[in-house]
Amino acid sequence: MAIPDRQGRFGAYGGRYVPETLMPALLELEEVYQRTRRDRKFQAELRHYLKEYVGRPTPLYFAQRLTKRLGGAKIYLKREDLCHTGAHKINNAVGQALLARRMKKPRLIAETGAGQHGVATATVAAMFGLECEIYMGTEDMQRQALNVFRMRLLGSTVTGVDAGSRTLKDAISEAMRDWTTNVRTTHYVLGSVLGAHPYPMMIRDFQSVIGREARKQILTAEGRLPDCLIACVGGGSNAMGLFHAFVPDKKVKMVGVEAGGLGVASGKHAARFEGGRPGVLQGTMTYLLQDENGQVNLTHSVSAGLDYAAVGPEHSYYKETNRAQYTSVTDDEALTAFDLLAREEGIMPALESAHAIAEVMKCAPKMKKSQILIVNLSGRGDKDVQQVARIKGVTL
Amino acid sequence: MNRLDHTLTQLRAKGEKALITYIMAGDPSLQETEQLVLELERAGADVIELGVPFSDPIADGPVIQKAAERGLQSGTSLRKILESVRHLRISTQIPIVLMAYYNNIHAFGEADFCRSAAEAGVDGLIVPDMPPDEAGPLRGPADAVGLHLIFLLAPTSTASRRAYVAKESGGFVYYVSITGITGAKLHDMAGVRDNVAKIRRHTKTPVAVGFGVATPDDAARVARVADGVIVGSAIVRRVGDHGQDGRLVQEVGAFVRSLKVAMQPV
Repeated sequence: MAIPDRQGRFGAYGGRYVPETLMPALLELEEVYQRTRRDRKFQAELRHYLKEYVGRPTPLYFAQRLTKRLGGAKIYLKREDLCHTGAHKINNAVGQALLARRMKKPRLIAETGAGQHGVATATVAAMFGLECEIYMGTEDMQRQALNVFRMRLLGSTVTGVDAGSRTLKDAISEAMRDWTTNVRTTHYVLGSVLGAHPYPMMIRDFQSVIGREARKQILTAEGRLPDCLIACVGGGSNAMGLFHAFVPDKKVKMVGVEAGGLGVASGKHAARFEGGRPGVLQGTMTYLLQDENGQVNLTHSVSAGLDYAAVGPEHSYYKETNRAQYTSVTDDEALTAFDLLAREEGIMPALESAHAIAEVMKCAPKMKKSQILIVNLSGRGDKDVQQVARIKGVTL
Repeated sequence: MNRLDHTLTQLRAKGEKALITYIMAGDPSLQETEQLVLELERAGADVIELGVPFSDPIADGPVIQKAAERGLQSGTSLRKILESVRHLRISTQIPIVLMAYYNNIHAFGEADFCRSAAEAGVDGLIVPDMPPDEAGPLRGPADAVGLHLIFLLAPTSTASRRAYVAKESGGFVYYVSITGITGAKLHDMAGVRDNVAKIRRHTKTPVAVGFGVATPDDAARVARVADGVIVGSAIVRRVGDHGQDGRLVQEVGAFVRSLKVAMQPV
């Protein structure tokens, strides 16, 4: 059975929990998307921009020194950090901007946590000549000041959100309110495999280019499929993008890495599978960090892009059906991984992606040297340099 | 017969329009919420809508968001709100409708919640982030205890949505007068009139209009075209302004009286 079903369900998860005002827009988006995904002209256009503008395909790089250092499985990095704007987010932003153009909506809005999706959306808005407003929690604006300035340089309006935890969750709520108000002229470019149907499916499809390339590349390099895939999971778009092409390959293990923050026992984390249970937030039924009354908990992570109380519904489905395993690493483990990759491979990962590397540090040594591991290096670390300096107590 | 049906039928027979007033439960405390409900009734409200504070209210503007924060700060939960309703039922039979985001109900347990709510004396339920398409898990339990599920229609709703939602909605159909969130400004009365007329083609259920009704003049204009007038943010703003100064009940009562007077047929 194809997932999601026509109601946007991945098993028990997903759906469309939105105010009625948005229902017609979601139904329209679904209809337009279903039509365009089969449209050869659209696919050709998308391929053109992914190749000529984003710079795809991205390399699948064999990390020789890291492999040697960890002494186990062969480690390949899928280099999404080399995409234009420095992260995988642009794969989806290009796709949705093309859709917005087809729906004749002249204005884009988006939420952003780490700022990568905001930058990607601001970038494609500039390239297609669309108006653009980005919502960002004020806490995240402080953590990611450089990305805020980048978005403004690209001609977008960045609007701070000073509600709740002042992070990604609150930015999404504010973007949904904007969309509810301006739905006739505006397309909401949601940045991860979250929200109401068709977003989780559509964003997965736009990101699935990552796994399709990686599958082909590893078959060329090694003549066989990998044993394990590892990716960090905030909303889960880079993980879903890598995993999707491998889902039918039952022997390929898939591991999603959540933000363990200060440790799951501390309560200051964003490990939804370990600390949460199913609930509804921002349009979708999924694993959610919440109290016994169903109020959404505050989350913590050193990485703004993983600092979110819910997770993409398709991940909840893979968790429940055991197709993927989910684990978490702490802030400290991620920072250690950040240093390690910089020194061993000359690659600074985004703090989000550093969580995936931290899990590689745990997994790879336990695997045989003949085994193969692919990790999604979803973004580059330039945006995090100031924050890492702050944490290390270095004044720049 | 459900208290809500009873009240709306009686008003219709008299040619009057229902004044539906929204306050956030637990803002500033549940004890004051109970006092406010009784005052709203004295001031002429026909139906009470009690907001359930949620941490992430995506359909609400800043006024109700802040009220929800105050409600959460005072320790309000769905269970405690039901206790307050039970307590209120000793002194009033005014119809009470809860407006709750779905996750609060899901955490309570759908069937358990419907049973407890009906037992406490709740007459209907509005779940702003649950269109009828997703209402399956609530439909059976709500019908079993005679709790109305009230759904919303909006200016963006298409003809097929209107037909579907009007059919699914019990008690009344909630027409959202503006494309936007609660507390925005109402400016298109002609659009409201047209849409209410279109909804009425699909159902005999009363149609009430809310979002953006802020002044006695707005209430009077809406009362001319709909069966009910829903006022939320304008009342909640006064609760926020006077929550701590001892004039809370008096100020809210005076405002609601002015709405009721404006709605009287001439």
